[in-house]
Amino acid sequence: MSPEKVIQKIKKAGLKGRGGAEFPTALKWEMVRKVKAEKKYLIANGSEGEPKVFKDEFILKTHPFELIEGIKIAQETIKAAKAYLYLRKDFFQKYKKKLEKIIKEKNLPIIIFKKQGGYLCGEETTLVESLEGRRLEPRSRPPYPSEKGLWDCPTLINNVETLYYVSRIINNNYQGERLYSISGGDHPGVYELSADLSLKQVLKKTGNWPNFKFFVQVGGGASGEILLTRELNQTGSGLGAIIIYPEDKTNPVSLMKKWIDFFIQENCGKCSPCREGVYRLKELLSQKNPDQEIIKDLLFLLEKSSFCPFGKAMAQPFSSLIKKVGIFNKNK
Amino acid sequence: MLQSFYIKINKKRFKARFSETILEVAQRNNIFIPTLCYHSDLKVKENCRICLVKIKGEKELKTSCSVKVKPGMEIFTDTPEIKKLRKLNLELIFTQHSQECHDCVWFSRCQLLDLTKKYQADTSRFSNRKEKRPVYKFDSALIYDSKKCIDCRNCVEVCQNQGVGFLELKGQGADIRVVPSEDKNKDCVYCGQCLIHCPAGSFEGVGEFEEVETPLKQKGKKVIFQFAPAVRTSLGEEFGFPLRTPLTGKLIAGIKSLGVDKVFDVSLGADFTTMEEAKELITKLEDKRKLPLMTSCCPAWVKYIEFYYPEFIPYLTSVRSPHIILGGLIKTYWAQREKINPQDIFVVSVMPCVAKKYEITRPELKIKGLKPVDYVLTTRGLAQLFRKYKVDLNKIKPLQADHPLGYHSGAGIIYGATGGVMESALRTTQAMLNEKEISKIEFKKVRGMKGVKRALVKIKGKSLKIGVVNGLGFAKEILEKLKENPDLFDYLEVMACPGGCIGGGGQPIPTSKKIRNKRAQGLYQLDKKRTIRTAHQNPVIKEVYRDFLKNKKTAHYLCHTHYSRKFKKGLNILPPGQY
Ligand code: SF4
Ligand code: SF4
Ligand code: SF4
Ligand code: FES
Repeated sequence: MSPEKVIQKIKKAGLKGRGGAEFPTALKWEMVRKVKAEKKYLIANGSEGEPKVFKDEFILKTHPFELIEGIKIAQETIKAAKAYLYLRKDFFQKYKKKLEKIIKEKNLPIIIFKKQGGYLCGEETTLVESLEGRRLEPRSRPPYPSEKGLWDCPTLINNVETLYYVSRIINNNYQGERLYSISGGDHPGVYELSADLSLKQVLKKTGNWPNFKFFVQVGGGASGEILLTRELNQTGSGLGAIIIYPEDKTNPVSLMKKWIDFFIQENCGKCSPCREGVYRLKELLSQKNPDQEIIKDLLFLLEKSSFCPFGKAMAQPFSSLIKKVGIFNKNK
Repeated sequence: MLQSFYIKINKKRFKARFSETILEVAQRNNIFIPTLCYHSDLKVKENCRICLVKIKGEKELKTSCSVKVKPGMEIFTDTPEIKKLRKLNLELIFTQHSQECHDCVWFSRCQLLDLTKKYQADTSRFSNRKEKRPVYKFDSALIYDSKKCIDCRNCVEVCQNQGVGFLELKGQGADIRVVPSEDKNKDCVYCGQCLIHCPAGSFEGVGEFEEVETPLKQKGKKVIFQFAPAVRTSLGEEFGFPLRTPLTGKLIAGIKSLGVDKVFDVSLGADFTTMEEAKELITKLEDKRKLPLMTSCCPAWVKYIEFYYPEFIPYLTSVRSPHIILGGLIKTYWAQREKINPQDIFVVSVMPCVAKKYEITRPELKIKGLKPVDYVLTTRGLAQLFRKYKVDLNKIKPLQADHPLGYHSGAGIIYGATGGVMESALRTTQAMLNEKEISKIEFKKVRGMKGVKRALVKIKGKSLKIGVVNGLGFAKEILEKLKENPDLFDYLEVMACPGGCIGGGGQPIPTSKKIRNKRAQGLYQLDKKRTIRTAHQNPVIKEVYRDFLKNKKTAHYLCHTHYSRKFKKGLNILPPGQY
């Protein structure tokens, strides 16, 4: 199949990136394909770093052939000299052998690379820095990786789920599915269902609709937005995680502390709003009666001034939790 | 692509060019946008986020230091949202910085403080989180107070650009820290570039504040000041004079008003250095194996060779640096003349440099057991002293430097700019070889701010391959090339600081290419105005050589030194409270 046709097909299928940003896949490919350069690279991102998201592993475990095929298709379409399959440390250990076998049989120029850092390495430019062996921090944009990525060459970066669905699309075997990582309900696990379903339908179909009062976090287990039961008519988003929290057993402050511990650990330290903001949030949350005004100010600053998507997205769970569930007016 | 177009900033139209950033256009038109991590000498890092602006049509706010202008762009620099974000951000930045305003190199020009006032940041909302961070001392040159650091990383980059990489970034998140390297193969060379590029005043020269009065507290001693070439066209910046204003006479008068006995001029010391270096060059030209001859008046460069490239030590000229020669002469020639016991003399050098604070501690420089120079004040230190004693440079009547060690040639002045040492030496070498008094004066090819300057100079039929390295960061490449091909140069000048000493670590801050250019222009203008522009024609030089340095041994003892391989000493962390 010609590259144009491949891209056309993906476009028609309406596939969007499954790494969180939901950027149209065909457009991204077209951008890299268009750039004139001696060398181009492809990176398949399997670095799954956010809590409560399990779908990258699900693919590595159950669909390695489709994944490798998706990588091959992408590589041929954009004419990448090499492809890197970037894996979280434990995934690397568990699936390297199996994947290498497939790669060898098909004689493909794919290199499996062990991830260096944490969550932040899921961010595209940090991932590139990591592959180049530098300090794990995001780069300035522009230039975007599609113009100047790995070793300054145009680079296509796709999540492993995206590439898995690419192979399904090319093999005429895609009906608009996506992966949902569900936790906190009766039947936790990874489910493959239509991306058009509402969250409510997903929970019901998978037997996860609770019989108690609850709210959910959707997207990822740290950066995802909080939604109330009545807001579940919308579709899934971001990384496709749905986490169920029982309303009367969840202490919002403890929940926020959990998030902040995660963000503190993953924060790179580059920009002042995020580095200082997260530090102060943690400080505030450990106080008995934290000043809510300051917390709101910090979240506002994080969202509007942070350097990278990581810092910008961090405000969302906190803001939505405070707004919808409230934090300090509960006597739990 | 060089054509210009219009953009709008705060609803007003401005001309802009492709490749300019929003910040550059704004600054050119005197529109204020606050910046902290931005420095025109360095890469754009976008990490302080204080320069955010709103671009019409864009969802997110953008950092003006990084975004390039486009035709038709409409920018707002001060919306209520931006103001609020700056206020909040400043509250965070300020509370990761320990204030020491009375003892800070930024003194009255602190951007941090100005901005917190301007945006009404409430710095009491958080407590200072860096109180317990350590203070380091880099030999006798610099203090690095990591309690003040706001994590902008300018110093790390600048130290890397210097080819040293002594400052490293460690840790992650809020635990990130700039620390001196523990690697035994990396050591500071004391250039002080970190100091003049730090927006938070984390670095300062040793004793720059607490001890500025030391020179004035020498009971029973004759205190002699001498000041370096580069100080005269930059001191004014500390007091609001326009860039490059030469203040030689006022500077001398100011020092005298403090009760100092004599004020001499290091430019004369430079004339001595030129004389000796020209002689050494002429001797070595006879034996090509001993070339290239490398200048040694920059102590940071000398330390760099002694630590990183000891194999090149034999190529460094053995001639002492200008203020060391003059200090030695003050304690010998002048002391004899005035019948003063040299032990009763206290020599203070006012230098654009922090490495000179280290240089004067080198034991091999002692003359009859005495240090030629007892104390080094930076340009900033002198300004601090003037402020403390309310010396008003606007009002003070200029004075001339004292006789006889105040008289210098024009060549002695340009020592302060990159290429100046080379040019001075060439003026005199040519004359010495051609045995005539006057030869070519201006060697424009060695001037200017390029990193490496090369030229061929014809002297007595031979052509001399000369090179000038402007900024230590360019030295490595040249040294590596020299290892393979020693014939690359016959004579090489290296100055550690960009622009030479006018861009030195002891100079007023801020610094930028434009500022360094102006300071250098000031020096070249002073040179042009001098009737005597070469070292060998300077009557004081002639007199001292005739009366005092007549035998070679004395000349050698007072004007030459030697070097040795240096190893890293342990890191010096100052105990809390001592600082
Ligand atoms: S003085 Fe120079 S060498 Fe030393 S840390 Fe500062 S920039 Fe680096
Ligand atoms: S010491 Fe100064 S220049 Fe270095 S990172 Fe800290 S604030 Fe920036
Ligand atoms: S160039 Fe001048 S100011 Fe800089 S370290 Fe060398 S002597 Fe000092
Ligand atoms: S000055 Fe632009 S981000 Fe710091």
